[in-house]
Amino acid sequence: MTKRSGDAADGRTLVSGSARGPALRLEEPLSLWGGMDPTTGKVIDRRHPQAGEELAGRVVLMPSGRGSSSSSSVLAEAVRAGTAPAAVVLLEPDPIVALGAVVAAELYGRRVPVVVLDEAAYGAIRTGDEVVVEADDEKASVSVTGR
Amino acid sequence: MPGVRLSPSDRAMLDGGRGEAARLAMRIVTAMASATAAEHLIDVASAHVDGCLYHGQASLDFAERLVAGGARVAIPTTLNVGSVDLLHPDLYRGDRQSAANGRRLMELYASMGCRPTWTCAPYQLPERPSLGQHVAWAESNAVVFANSVLGARTDRYGDFIDICAAITGRAPAAGFHLDRNRAGQILFRLDGVSKSLLAEDVLFPVLGHLVGSEAGTLVPVIEGLPGSVTEDQLKALGAAAASSGAVALFHAVGVTPEARSLEAAFGGVEPRRVVEVTPSRLAEARDSLSTVAGDRIDAVSVGTPHFSVAEFARLTPLLERTAIASGVDFFVSTSRQVLAEVESRGWLRVYQRAGVKLVVDTCTYVTSILKPSHRVVMTNSAKWAYYAPANVGVEVVFGSLEECVRSAAEGKVRRDETLWRRG
Repeated sequence: MTKRSGDAADGRTLVSGSARGPALRLEEPLSLWGGMDPTTGKVIDRRHPQAGEELAGRVVLMPSGRGSSSSSSVLAEAVRAGTAPAAVVLLEPDPIVALGAVVAAELYGRRVPVVVLDEAAYGAIRTGDEVVVEADDEKASVSVTGR
Repeated sequence: MPGVRLSPSDRAMLDGGRGEAARLAMRIVTAMASATAAEHLIDVASAHVDGCLYHGQASLDFAERLVAGGARVAIPTTLNVGSVDLLHPDLYRGDRQSAANGRRLMELYASMGCRPTWTCAPYQLPERPSLGQHVAWAESNAVVFANSVLGARTDRYGDFIDICAAITGRAPAAGFHLDRNRAGQILFRLDGVSKSLLAEDVLFPVLGHLVGSEAGTLVPVIEGLPGSVTEDQLKALGAAAASSGAVALFHAVGVTPEARSLEAAFGGVEPRRVVEVTPSRLAEARDSLSTVAGDRIDAVSVGTPHFSVAEFARLTPLLERTAIASGVDFFVSTSRQVLAEVESRGWLRVYQRAGVKLVVDTCTYVTSILKPSHRVVMTNSAKWAYYAPANVGVEVVFGSLEECVRSAAEGKVRRDETLWRRG
């Protein structure tokens, strides 16, 4: 599904939109509900290896979603409060994360693109990389513009 | 939506023929359909809606938008827990504004024609989905129970899409609605686990916690459970696996309806991985559910997912023989329907005499019910143990129901280590 051309990797769009920001790779899946505080934009799941990390404004890479179905609400609330990730990049499609972004776009007109990359493209992005996400209904492109 | 085939009535809804709310709901259902690569939508027979729990202004904004657009559910729809115990509002200890918002949200969902059941265990209500029936259920423990124990078909629905499916009566033909996604992928084989441990309720949340952490998003198959396993044990297993992992369906060979045999559970395909569940792995999983050592206990919370009538039948005689130590509070979360049954069986006096707080419509780890002095809380729920530390800022000790009662009585944590060390 995914191929690399130059610096840009092509993936699949779950939710369209454009975003840029510094990447944060989550080492383990995170349930946003119980795992992210939408008032601060931080990881609050104490069992998560990156507890305390800031998600707000970052291009968040996580292998998959996890756990509670209330995570959609937490993402929508974070979008409303301005603490949401700039974009979410997944290895496996996660409808719950996608839904939070779809509803936030309907309610607040602010889009958080959600895309799926294959393992090679996902693995090439490191925490701290400056990343640009361009996702439309046809395809998604994720490129590293600075390291 | 490119790629999603819509029926004429789907299109009519998208075009606003059934009002603004149905138009928004169908727009969200079709957006989800394209995110899940569904080719078309299917009819769903019922919905269970999780969106009635207040998570902030966005929850209210969405429900207000639907109600203003004239939303009515098109299929039988139950409601998950809200933020407030409407029968015992004095239990709420949070700020007034959050309580008012939580209550308003509950009213909005009820006003769309949903049944005010306020329970995370809709499978304990009289009407439940049948084998093979398509439904749209939210709440991870209800999803895994419907798929695994009832053999109904639901994807992992969440807030927003649940009410949209209820309003439209439609859902994407994707995920666990489809045969091809229901086959087992990872095998858990119980190995050397003693008969005595297999007979204990406390095994099941621990096993679920282990299964969820290893399976992630894969469909687990568990081999080696006794045929005598109860619905409450499967409830605890599923709720735990849906917390530590994204498990929405499991098969237990010889127990659950789509797993008459190991081959049937895997749909004839080889497991991708085999995990041997040994006594020492179970002991590790059990230990990892507690966040503190020591014997301090300030409160007990059981009933996550909501306590069933059968669980009350076990707890009632334990409490009849016991006085709870001063300084320890004991909470049981349940549904108002089960509470009515407890009352009709004459058990309520046992709880009143013991000073046990029965919480309905909500749960102790999703809202402000615990006091600041409740720093260490004991529970028999792996799901509660998993989420409560972050959600309500407590330390957790995990134990069996009997251990919870004994510890509450003595005012000190009392757990039986031998069960786990021997296997």
